[in-house]
Amino acid sequence: MTDAKAEILSRIRAALGSEEDSAGTAGAVPREYRSAGEHAPGSAAVLALLIDRLEDYKAHVHRTAPAEIPALLARLIAERSAERQEVGSSNYRSPDVLPTTPEAGGRRSVVVPSGLEPGWLSGLAGVDVRTDSRDAPLSAAELDETDAVVTAARVAVAETGTIVLDGEPDQGRRAISLVPDVHVCVVRTDQVVQTVPEAVRLLGTDPGRPLTWISGPSATSDIELERVEGVHGPRTLHVVLVS
Amino acid sequence: MSTFLGMPSARTGRGPSPSAAPDTLAGVGRPEDPLHWGASFPDAAKAALDNDQLRRNLGKATSTIRTKRARVVDEVPDWEALRDTGSAVKTDVMARLPELLEELERNVTARGGVVHWARDAAEANRIVASLVREKETDEVVKVKSMATQEIGLNEALAEEGIAAVETDLAELIVQLADDMPSHILVPAIHRNRTEIRDIFLERMADAPPDLTDVPRELAMAARAHLRRKFLSAKVAISGANFAVADTGTLAVVESEGNGRMCLTLPETLITVMGIEKLVPTFDDLEVFLQLLPRSSTGERMNPYTSMWTGVTPGDGPQEFHLVLLDNGRTKVLADEAGRSALNCIRCSACLNVCPVYERVGGHAYGSVYPGPIGAILTPQLTGEQSDLPYASTLCGACYEVCPVKIDIPSILVELRAREVSLTAGSSGDTADRVWSAAMKAASFAMADGARFRRAARVPRLLRAISRNGVIKRLPFPGSLWTRSRDLMEPPKQTFRDWWAGREEQR
Amino acid sequence: MRIALAATCIADAMFPQAPRAVVTLLERLGHEVVFPAGQACCGQMHVNTGYLADAVPVVQNHVRTFAPVTDGEWDAVVVPSGSCTGSIRHQQAMVLERAGLHSEARAAAAVAERTYEFSELLVDVLGVTDVGAWFPHRVTYHPTCHSLRMLGVGDKPERLLRAVEGLELVPLAEAEGCCGFGGTFALKNADTSEAMLQDKVATVVDTGAEVLTAGDWSCLMHINGGLSRGGTGVRPMHLAEILASTRESPTVPSGPGSDSVRTGTEVAR
Repeated sequence: MTDAKAEILSRIRAALGSEEDSAGTAGAVPREYRSAGEHAPGSAAVLALLIDRLEDYKAHVHRTAPAEIPALLARLIAERSAERQEVGSSNYRSPDVLPTTPEAGGRRSVVVPSGLEPGWLSGLAGVDVRTDSRDAPLSAAELDETDAVVTAARVAVAETGTIVLDGEPDQGRRAISLVPDVHVCVVRTDQVVQTVPEAVRLLGTDPGRPLTWISGPSATSDIELERVEGVHGPRTLHVVLVS
Repeated sequence: MSTFLGMPSARTGRGPSPSAAPDTLAGVGRPEDPLHWGASFPDAAKAALDNDQLRRNLGKATSTIRTKRARVVDEVPDWEALRDTGSAVKTDVMARLPELLEELERNVTARGGVVHWARDAAEANRIVASLVREKETDEVVKVKSMATQEIGLNEALAEEGIAAVETDLAELIVQLADDMPSHILVPAIHRNRTEIRDIFLERMADAPPDLTDVPRELAMAARAHLRRKFLSAKVAISGANFAVADTGTLAVVESEGNGRMCLTLPETLITVMGIEKLVPTFDDLEVFLQLLPRSSTGERMNPYTSMWTGVTPGDGPQEFHLVLLDNGRTKVLADEAGRSALNCIRCSACLNVCPVYERVGGHAYGSVYPGPIGAILTPQLTGEQSDLPYASTLCGACYEVCPVKIDIPSILVELRAREVSLTAGSSGDTADRVWSAAMKAASFAMADGARFRRAARVPRLLRAISRNGVIKRLPFPGSLWTRSRDLMEPPKQTFRDWWAGREEQR
Repeated sequence: MRIALAATCIADAMFPQAPRAVVTLLERLGHEVVFPAGQACCGQMHVNTGYLADAVPVVQNHVRTFAPVTDGEWDAVVVPSGSCTGSIRHQQAMVLERAGLHSEARAAAAVAERTYEFSELLVDVLGVTDVGAWFPHRVTYHPTCHSLRMLGVGDKPERLLRAVEGLELVPLAEAEGCCGFGGTFALKNADTSEAMLQDKVATVVDTGAEVLTAGDWSCLMHINGGLSRGGTGVRPMHLAEILASTRESPTVPSGPGSDSVRTGTEVAR
């Protein structure tokens, strides 16, 4: 044990005096809060709530059937240029101040984790699909030159409009859902729970996985508390709800 | 600013006064001791109150965030139950701190992390600096962190030739302006958009020359400025919102994605965390992830929360160091009455509702921890005499919103008692002696009905100087009242004299 | 009911119209009011300024004076002040406990249990909201911090005011914001206190009310200090003074001096 560790622990014990032994039994903590919501995971009420909350934070929500996923993904990846134009014409500077820009008017690029359902990508004609994995990772610079990312998710929380990624092969390394400017996240409706405790209990089965909780696109309120969506993380978040 | 009170026209007096406009760029500078700097609270508050721009910025920002918080808290049906649990969990943590810290260390180590212990700021800074030097880099990216602000890490690294780049937008603004944060969550809350534009133009080399003051455009300029730093940084430094003892998991709650960038892209991550940031179990996060975002930013959930456990091969930093910091926390722990200040999860809800903070801002507190929580935490961390415990009307708004139910007003009273006992032994200054004598005299008069009956008649003498039922001027210290407030003239007859007369007539 | 009145030191000496109105009203409602002569102060000023040792004899005197309520000599103690009630309820036992006076601390807690702020007594104990008052004026209500947050009186004062015949209750913007008094805060941090007062005065003036009411004369004294200095003409009155007013013996909000505010009692006698 280092000197510092020994000294800090001994300071704490001295500070607590005899209380350390007597106090702090787990039973003393009340747990009267809701451990689950009143609606079942994936129920219509939960989905409606999730959509409301996601849209409140300027995420784009798309409901679809499994068979429609490829076409929808193709559209969302292609849509990006249109959105850029729209954004550029509003009163905010077009992102050409960024150090990197994808090939103007050229092929779209998308990164996918190696475990993503391959069939989902079958509609991506003319798109440069880059596969990433822990064993064969793209560099940060390569990710920065990639337009979009498609991932699955581990769980979604309706009340807070949150999706959680846990780094499994269908969701990939944390960096891939961070650096590209568009994140398309595919969530099965049976993955949607109502409350935070339901999600934490689920994630608690593998708490050691790297977890990323995402609630809308990145945002800041640092200037006069005015919310600006899209700072360092993806500026566009699409949530594809599949039932 | 005029201290004239009351007339509706006084409101127009609060408008911009160009002649009084301060140098908008100059920050307060970086103090030697981040927990104790600047003028006394009353003096610093006076200076802040004289700054119309500051008061407008603060008033607008705090009222916006108060409204947002109230809305999202109201929609949680079990909010009070969550507060009860949050408070109990943190109290339990403090009672079991040694075993939980060792459990955390075991779990972090088992997952490939390295745990360091730092008794004070200097030791923590030395540890971090030597870790950075090992990586042979002279620039690190930083996630906003109160702990590293508290220990003055950036300045310590600078002395070692290492540039620490703040990546949170507000921290970047503060850093560029050579300023200090004035709010726990929104460090640049004292700045408005125009000031921020000016700071960027003057101090951020790659700011677009035609930058406007539209917040979105300012945020995009920061994005561009920081992007290449994120992509190339070898080392990142963060704080932590929570550390889970039973799994070794660390959590950082943020909004912009700068946190994710720092926690994910560099090869090495160094996290500096106060020893009180623990929660016992992973499941406890379900409580704090509900309490914190709604209390702090007034959102149902903040955009990004990252959780990591040691090192994940092939994903994120492959080297992880956790620095556990005491720096006065064990002093706080030793005080049973004030200990619950360590329960704080740094949401800053108490700042946003505090009528004193709203008027004077964070710099008046002379500590990186401002507002009501700062007024109880700062003097306890330093153990020094302080005027901060008096920087409150004890209105109780802070206690009402605190997600972990820290009874700040009661602790303020405890700390005032400590101040009184600290000054009682020493010679004290004149003001202290006057207060002490006055309190002694009042105690004597107010401890007995008959004595008070006579004492209560004394104010009647003031009728001699009243005009039309109003007293406009009193000698010191009454002048502190009458310089801006009238005093109603005291009655001819006290209540108890009236009562006695009535009883006689019966 | 037999009710003991704790007049509070500040109202006893400076604003007797408030405890007098409490007497008038409670007697009108058919209750007996007792004023235990041994009382002086609850000790709040000493406690909140940090002079806990000096607070001990003050608190002891209060507890001794009102201890008979625990033996059933009186049914309740009423206090026309939210902050004094708060101090009695949340501080007195702590002060005695810290001084090692354990049995006195228990006695203090027992007295506190039977002690009620004025609007609490009316609504919770006596079960009335319409006290038969008449007060044909435009009134705004400032919920004082301690009545609101230490006691949680909620909307009881407003319910009482709404039941007053002729009274027009106008809402106060940012009502729950502190007026900046805070006891010695007003002197120790005079500039900040003034800034808070300035904002409170502006919102009161904006209501266009003739009368500002509250459950604490200490806060009223502070806000009125600003209202009077600004020449606003708004009159301060304790809630009890309004509720004591009837058609037969109306309370007239007149000049700023306390003696010029006529309570119903005075007119009736």
